[in-house]
Formats: sequence, C-alpha cells, structure tokens
Amino acid sequence: MPDLGSAPVPPAGPDDHVRGEGEEGLIVYADLGCPRCAAAWLRLREEPGRLVFRHFPVAAKHPRSPALHAAAEAAGRQGRFFEMVDSLYGDRGRVDDPHLWRRAERLGLDLDRFEADRRSEETGARIKRDFRSGIRGGVAGTPAVFDACTLVAVREREF
Amino acid sequence: MIAVGEQAPDFTLRNQDGEKVSLADFRGRKVMLVFYPGDFSPVCGDQLSIYQEVKPEIEEKGVELIGVSVDSFFAHKAFQEKLGIDTVLLSDFEPKGEVARAYDSYVEKMGFANRTLVLVDEDGKVAWTYESPNPGEFPGANVIFDALS
Repeated sequence: MPDLGSAPVPPAGPDDHVRGEGEEGLIVYADLGCPRCAAAWLRLREEPGRLVFRHFPVAAKHPRSPALHAAAEAAGRQGRFFEMVDSLYGDRGRVDDPHLWRRAERLGLDLDRFEADRRSEETGARIKRDFRSGIRGGVAGTPAVFDACTLVAVREREF
Repeated sequence: MIAVGEQAPDFTLRNQDGEKVSLADFRGRKVMLVFYPGDFSPVCGDQLSIYQEVKPEIEEKGVELIGVSVDSFFAHKAFQEKLGIDTVLLSDFEPKGEVARAYDSYVEKMGFANRTLVLVDEDGKVAWTYESPNPGEFPGANVIFDALS
C-alpha cells in the first residue's frame, strides 16, 4: 500500500463520482456523518459546473460514517450515488440499517444487490482510496474543497 | 520550538487513566508527541480523530502517537471516550503546561500549548518538529508521514 506522505489530490478521473458537467470544477472531500458537511452540501450542490464528491469518513468522530459511505457507494453501483448523498444529508436523524434499506427502496434500488454491494470488499477499497488521497492532500477536517486540486475552503475555526 | 538534535526533556505525566507515564519509558522506540490546545475544542477533536484513522499505519512505522494538553486526566478520559479514540493522552495539568514550556510550545497569553508535533527518536533526541502557524490550524496526517519517510 502506498505511503500516506504528501501528494496533490488527484484530478477528476473516470471513476470519480461527478455531478454536473464541464472541464473545471470543485473536488470536495466530505463525511456523510458530518453536520457541517450536510450544511455545506446545500450550497455545494448548487455550484455551477462539475462537482466531484470524494469519501472522507472519520469513524472516530462519526461512528456511522463508514456505513453511510458504503450505502452511497452501493447506490452508486446502481446509478443513484448523488440521490443517496442528498437523502443522507437531507435527513441525518435516520441512519440505522433499516433506514438505509428504506432509503434504497425509495430510490428504486435492487435491495439484495444494495446489501451485497455495501458490504463488499470492493466498496470498502473504493472508499479507502478516496480517504487516503484526502489524507495525502492534507485534508484536516471536513468538508475540504479543492479547486484545480488546490485546497480553497475549509471551515473557519478559532482553535 | 525545541531544536532538532537536542535531548528531549524527560517528563512524567498522568495518562487518561491516571497512570504515570514517562518519556523515558519509550526509550528504544520513536514517539510522536502531539501538543494540542485543549480537550473538546472542535479543531482538537478533528485533529485527534483524523490521526486515529491512520494510527495503525503510524504504529507500523514503529512510532507511538501521544497527545499532550493542559487538561486534567479526567477530562482526557471523557474526551477519549467522546471521540472513540485510543490514542494515549497525557495531562500536563500541574504545574500547568510545564512540559509544553520545556518543549517551547506553550502560548502564555492563551494558557495552553500551541499545536505542535515533536518526533523523539529511539535515543530520546528530538528528530523533527512542526509548529502550526496558529492554534486554529493543525497539520494533516500527511505531514506526520512526510516526517517518517
């Protein structure tokens, strides 16, 4: 496994989760369990142009985050990644497994496939890949927004 | 900041469970001391949470990660449990900030340590340091891996 030393965040690639169109756009590292990300998402998703979403679950801070990211990734396997992201950020109070199944049903997903995909090694590896690229890019809190692979926005904090 | 190459000042502090821990206990191993302002602050929570995610890989490099702040060990225990982390947290509580001062990390006007990383080598010498420009920013985990590469 490659080291976690500093490296620029990768540019948007063919297997990134991309909303909108265009050659240029923002890359956001976000945690689906993070309330600040949920608030920021309302603005980010309205940004014109291309928006790349990368997984950055911080389990120590938000214990359900890994499960939420796996659910989004599994929904993505059925073409509904951003619909699941919108759903999870839109209603942060219901995040247990039965709630995830209900969300999947509402999105018209094949539930058996959703279940298998969200627990698969491939899904775990895909999420980890994003997380590691964020660590290497210096992500220190979520959401972290990059423009042309340069960090442009983090929330302001005193200490 | 304490200078690279100097002998790291030894100390004995209580951990989150009230047990005494000395830097000398780690002789023969590398230690990354993480001085931070205080338990339960938003930035400190983010910093220690993100470091926790990569802690196994830091340990694979033979490095022990240890947090140090001026909070009591009772506060450390609660903070550790709130974050769900197992990083050792040491209490630089009384005399307040004495260890942070020894490492030249203490910010007098604020009453706590600046966000500082100090890598102590197997012989107890300072091998590398990093000090944040202000307490509101913390070094990403990539900076730790850069130091260990």
